[in-house]
Amino acid sequence: MAKTFKIDGMDVSAADDQTILQVARERGIFIPTLCFLEGLSFVGACRLCIVEIEGNPTPVAACATYPQEGMEVYTNTERLQGYRRLILEMLFAEGNHVCAVCVVNGHCELQWLAEKLGMTYNTLDYLNRPKQVDASHYRFAVDHNRCVLCTRCVRVCDEIEGAHIWDVMGRGIDCKVITELNQPWGESVNCTSCGKCINVCPTGALFKKSKAVAEMEKDTHFLRYFSTIRAGGD
Amino acid sequence: MSKAKVATVWLDGCSGCHMSFLDIDELLLDLADKIELVYSPLVDNKVFPDMADVTIVEGAVSSEEDLHKIKHVRAHTRVLIALGDCAVTGNVPSMRNVFPLDKIYNRAYTENATENVGTPTSLVPPLLSKVRPVHQVVTVDVYVPGCPPPASLIGRVILDVLAGNIPDVRAKFG
Repeated sequence: MAKTFKIDGMDVSAADDQTILQVARERGIFIPTLCFLEGLSFVGACRLCIVEIEGNPTPVAACATYPQEGMEVYTNTERLQGYRRLILEMLFAEGNHVCAVCVVNGHCELQWLAEKLGMTYNTLDYLNRPKQVDASHYRFAVDHNRCVLCTRCVRVCDEIEGAHIWDVMGRGIDCKVITELNQPWGESVNCTSCGKCINVCPTGALFKKSKAVAEMEKDTHFLRYFSTIRAGGD
Repeated sequence: MSKAKVATVWLDGCSGCHMSFLDIDELLLDLADKIELVYSPLVDNKVFPDMADVTIVEGAVSSEEDLHKIKHVRAHTRVLIALGDCAVTGNVPSMRNVFPLDKIYNRAYTENATENVGTPTSLVPPLLSKVRPVHQVVTVDVYVPGCPPPASLIGRVILDVLAGNIPDVRAKFG
């Protein structure tokens, strides 16, 4: 049954299976996202899409919340702007993101979000933690310095390709994405080398070898076809 | 109308931001009427003035010399502009921060050296253990990210600051 509610004072309606984010996008209301990708399941990992709901003390992730009848949602309050900026600053402080020498410079979702949300410098100290690069795969490489732990690679490999070679290991600051139970990617017998993880990665963490600075562009159009196929019945 | 005293300083950077500053083309002629360049790698003055109205900083804070210089500059500047990613984030110079200092010195002055092997003890300013963006050392008034920032943005920011405003900059890193 359709539900009616408000986003930023605008009357909107949602089908049963629509999240707040989907309804907002349908109406052209911008809510920033990083881990969310149309065509994959949602995890609410990055929290950039947080919105405020009237009467609810804490913000919720718009990508992972279904609207209720009569709900009043606010997408861009001063409080949310502050939280989002802080989330971006933490991502930049925790990783080692050096846009100037990155393969996806100019095509990066993290870089784009920083500009869009007005982050021109970082109020936090950079952690400068040494992180690994695994270039053992013959075509692809993973640079953990640039990983934001969105888990798009994990989800696309499991849900779309069906290989499930990606997973998440460790907790807190030691959290990282791994291939084949933390074995070198190049030794994976289950990786089909399809390249879907490369294309859904929002940053330069996953990239094709032989790409120089700013040369790597991501292409996620294939997800639309899969969504259409899946919508036709599993 | 008296001209605004403008300075530029070059810390740990590649000079690309200074190049980008020069790249503002005909706007340089307008600026020449409005400003006096009192201290800069581009002019010959050896001493920083008592008080500059605006100072544009390129580069990160990497060495004892950078640290000393930027503290002096801050104390003698009204509006400090951090220009470019090195000044704003640490950028490429800060990529050494994941390594301990002794390994960096060893790599530069011993492993890769064929003559005068060994870390110098004089003439070369000692490196700080971590490269820092300018605002982690002194107060910055205007941030202009970019590697380098586009010339059009630099021109707009300078004109804005000269007009007495603190501009709201929207620009990408890298």
